[in-house]
Amino acid sequence: MMNKTDIEFDKRTLDWYIDKSVQVIVFIGGISAIIFIIGIFVFITKEGFGFIVNTLDIGEFFTSEYWSPSDEDDPEYGILALILGTASVTGLAMIIAIPFSLGAAVYIAEFATGKTREALKVLVELLAAIPSVVWGFIGLTIMNPLIIELFDVPVGLNVLNAGVILGLMAAPIMTSIAEDALKAVPDRYREAAEAMGATRWQVIYKTVLPAAKNGLLGAILLGVGRGFGETMAVLMATGHSVNIPGSVFDSVRALTATIAAELGETAVGSDHYQVLFTIGIFLFIITFLINLAADLIVRGIRKG
Amino acid sequence: MKKNILFLTAISASLLATHGFAQSRDTIQNKGSDTLVNVAQAWAEEYQKVNENVAVAVSGGGSGTGIAAMINGTVDIANASRKMKEKEIKLAQDKGQNPIEHIVGFDALAIFLHKDNPIKSMTIEQLREIYIRDGKSEKWTDLGESVPGCKNDEIVVVSRQNNSGTYAYFKQAVLDKGKFRSGTLDMHGSKDVVELVEKTPCAIGYSGLAYATDHVAMPCVTSDGGECVQPSVETASDGSYPIARPLMMYTNGEPEGEIKNYMDWVLSDEGQCIIFNKGYAPVRDVNCGT
Repeated sequence: MMNKTDIEFDKRTLDWYIDKSVQVIVFIGGISAIIFIIGIFVFITKEGFGFIVNTLDIGEFFTSEYWSPSDEDDPEYGILALILGTASVTGLAMIIAIPFSLGAAVYIAEFATGKTREALKVLVELLAAIPSVVWGFIGLTIMNPLIIELFDVPVGLNVLNAGVILGLMAAPIMTSIAEDALKAVPDRYREAAEAMGATRWQVIYKTVLPAAKNGLLGAILLGVGRGFGETMAVLMATGHSVNIPGSVFDSVRALTATIAAELGETAVGSDHYQVLFTIGIFLFIITFLINLAADLIVRGIRKG
Repeated sequence: MKKNILFLTAISASLLATHGFAQSRDTIQNKGSDTLVNVAQAWAEEYQKVNENVAVAVSGGGSGTGIAAMINGTVDIANASRKMKEKEIKLAQDKGQNPIEHIVGFDALAIFLHKDNPIKSMTIEQLREIYIRDGKSEKWTDLGESVPGCKNDEIVVVSRQNNSGTYAYFKQAVLDKGKFRSGTLDMHGSKDVVELVEKTPCAIGYSGLAYATDHVAMPCVTSDGGECVQPSVETASDGSYPIARPLMMYTNGEPEGEIKNYMDWVLSDEGQCIIFNKGYAPVRDVNCGT
């Protein structure tokens, strides 16, 4: 049974059409992200898949340290050194970024008030907006001579340089997310802890941080994802050298930087071109897993 | 998904349309070798005065870039500081291209050292031991020298990215087709090599002679116990410098029309004097009046 208001509501007036069209636009907007991500995955898989099946020796791919894909007679497609390069730079970046960003997040969320707080939040976001090529320049022109001077090493383009740069790049995003996680802890937790006679430090250390644990972990994982995916700054600051790092003063090369440096110069469809896409697939899977893990962990806090 | 495909098709169709339009005016697309890019630009600029109806658009990126573009059919002339590999020629033919090689000059590949480096002459064998995989020379002391400012004596080996023509030529001429050692710093342009060597006392690098500056040292090079020859335009053209290479331009099929006019002009006295003035050796003796 329909009553009168229902019928009026269903009348196709201008408002109804606006309503419908907005609905469609929002739907397309929402679904396009999924379409694009699938499209991208299909594209990179299509370009690299034939190679993975026909030519590539997966064992060699992951365990060989030799990368000379353009060799005419005997091309080598080992990405072990590149994986270790990316991992070492990201690892060092996290060692630098985690204390800074968590410290900053705790300060912004728990201690800073009024103008200081607002100013800090804006500044942190501004820091996140610096283009990566600018960070790369800093690595190349400021950090490079500085590292040579300070540590007496032959080259300043190395794991240390790229790790510091990447740490500074990842910290703002991690700070923002970590701060949100801390803010999400209900005030009654803090009040309860204070009522029990806890000092400010004890409140944060014993109550707020454990309660925000998942969100903080999620922030760290997103930072790791950023580190894995970063290209330009890493290309400029690592020294771009296929090398298994023995110390932070060794030059390395990252997976992303290898694609960036070589893809433009390969013939479409050649083995070299396809192996670069294979690296792309590998990176895609890694960052996907990291983001998925971060997402699941962040989701965890809402349920708990 | 279908919508997405339609959208992409629309974009690519419009890109093709604009591309086709640009081609219909007399623009010669010229791309490739970083070694040749300065000369190619100078040629393009001078050619404006010769024939103002034709514009030559020059871009660099490395021999690999130019050759890839030739294979994909997106350039009229590809510059290369190495020959196209057989595989690449075959790939191009499969795609309906027919690359024809034109030698437009010669280039001496200079070895660069920091200017405090006391080494004044090197043999091809010494270079090989420094650059080849598992080579014996890892420290300057292995060559019997110590370099001031280089504390731990370790040789910082500077190379190029693996699809640069300079890289390919060096590999063929010095490493005898052997592989480069791991841990070379692979720079993304000839200029970057010179800049890095300039700032790094422990470094050794190689690049086209035209990129030499006053801030780096260039040793003379000996091959097979012969005389030690300094890299220069003269020693590159008379063939006495052991690591000099031809510089090439590839056209798609025998050049015709405006492209033929341009290639002819490049190989004329006027064009060859431009390459000479940029620090490369011309293909034949020309009198440039200097």
